[in-house]
Amino acid sequence: MKQNSVAVVGAAETTRMGKIPDVSVIGLHADAALNAMKDAGLKPSDIDGVATAGISPVELAHYLGITPTYADGTSVGGCSFMLHVRHAAAAINAGLANTILITHGESGRSRVGAGGFGRSASSLMGQFEMPFGVTSPPTMFTIPVLRYMKSRGYTEQDLANVAVIQREWAALNPRSSFKDPITVDDVLNSPMIAWPFRMLMCCLVTDGGGALILTSAERAKDFPQKPVYVLGTGESVETPMVSQMEDFTSSKAFRVSGKKAFDEAGISHSDVDHLMIYDAFAHLPLYGLEDLGFCKPGEAAGFINERNTAPASASGGVGKLPLNTNGGGLSYMHSGMYGMYALQESVRQMRGTAAAQIKDAKISVAHGVGGMFAASGTVIFSNEK
Amino acid sequence: MPRMLPEPTPETRHFWEGCKDGELRLQRCTDCTHSYFPPRAFCPKCGSRDIEVYKASGKGFLYSYVINHRPRPDMGTEPHSIAVVELEEGPRMMTNIVGCPQTPEALQLDMPVQVKFEKQTDDISLPLFEPAKG
Repeated sequence: MKQNSVAVVGAAETTRMGKIPDVSVIGLHADAALNAMKDAGLKPSDIDGVATAGISPVELAHYLGITPTYADGTSVGGCSFMLHVRHAAAAINAGLANTILITHGESGRSRVGAGGFGRSASSLMGQFEMPFGVTSPPTMFTIPVLRYMKSRGYTEQDLANVAVIQREWAALNPRSSFKDPITVDDVLNSPMIAWPFRMLMCCLVTDGGGALILTSAERAKDFPQKPVYVLGTGESVETPMVSQMEDFTSSKAFRVSGKKAFDEAGISHSDVDHLMIYDAFAHLPLYGLEDLGFCKPGEAAGFINERNTAPASASGGVGKLPLNTNGGGLSYMHSGMYGMYALQESVRQMRGTAAAQIKDAKISVAHGVGGMFAASGTVIFSNEK
Repeated sequence: MPRMLPEPTPETRHFWEGCKDGELRLQRCTDCTHSYFPPRAFCPKCGSRDIEVYKASGKGFLYSYVINHRPRPDMGTEPHSIAVVELEEGPRMMTNIVGCPQTPEALQLDMPVQVKFEKQTDDISLPLFEPAKG
């Protein structure tokens, strides 16, 4: 991808967040889309490209009255929207469309107009994982973690501390689901979900949505909002079965996607002012910091414990690598496919409008996971051209 | 509530037939000798279609696991392990560790385990694992 050739000109979340029992899934997509169009000063007739996951881009286009020349239905789990941004940037550069809308909406808590989680008993997961009692992400995403902890020398306290520090960020965000401070003991005394995971190490289940609008950097300067440029992108996929991931201590999809994005952006880790790592569970930021190359294997827990990713506190200023500054999936919100909210927070940080704004931030990395380490997408944003 | 059971496909039938007959059957490539799982009609390492089914030792070690405390009615009411074992032949597979307490103390990573088939229906037996004897 050509650096800084495409920009985000519209970005918004659903009007409400958390528990929205009176809006269906498609309604959440539309609410977020209309908010993003208002943000960009656009009407549905101005949009000529659509991308979404969870529902089909056909449903989205028809519902909003859009006649697109570009449709992307890439659906690889919660990072799908990172891939949509990547594909949209390529499509805009190739002239397939000028103004692309990417939407997410999910009735994760209320399940209004939402499908089931069913998987066919003849699929590989249905044959070789489901019969052994996996229920859902809490018993699947967590499977590699005891091996990871043993390999790295990490403890339950290390996992708990990820949640504690993200709650500190959440406290600064009026839209966060949970804002009250928690301690490592609170996390370790919360109900057991699936050893070694306690409830407060697992993400929320909420309703909500978000949408982005991208166009060429050339056009972007004529829009009402400060353009947020796409500096580099990456994507990869590994396996639909967590039991078959190549290395339980490192995600291949993370490594491939992250490296591609950094190479495209032509930046080094020290250039990054702000980082989002999709945190469906407390181990994800640890894997992410290591697999993206911010920390050496075995150093991520110490890096977090030493408050390098934390907000300012009585004992010191903001850490050198502010991470998950919206509170993350652990405390802000998590509808099921959280990647959209990581992108939204990166865009807010680049616009200078975040609730917990990082001063003078110029480069933000949003890194997503799909499925249980099944897929990954990385987007690096910049507010300077 | 009956346990959720696999529905074999043409590419996996040999595996489930093996479980029914008390054999853990893996596949290996006759070109590059790579052993692999889950079953498929070609080698995922080199792409060769020249592969064979063979009887594995059924031995391995506990690679990673969780102990599920969430409701899963077909698995009973008590917390249960959901584990991944690494087989002597190399591949890893998901399973349950049975024949020992379902506690972190009893379930030590790297402990040797051996396969134990548990009949579910006339067609399906599941490959579970228990701590190796002796």
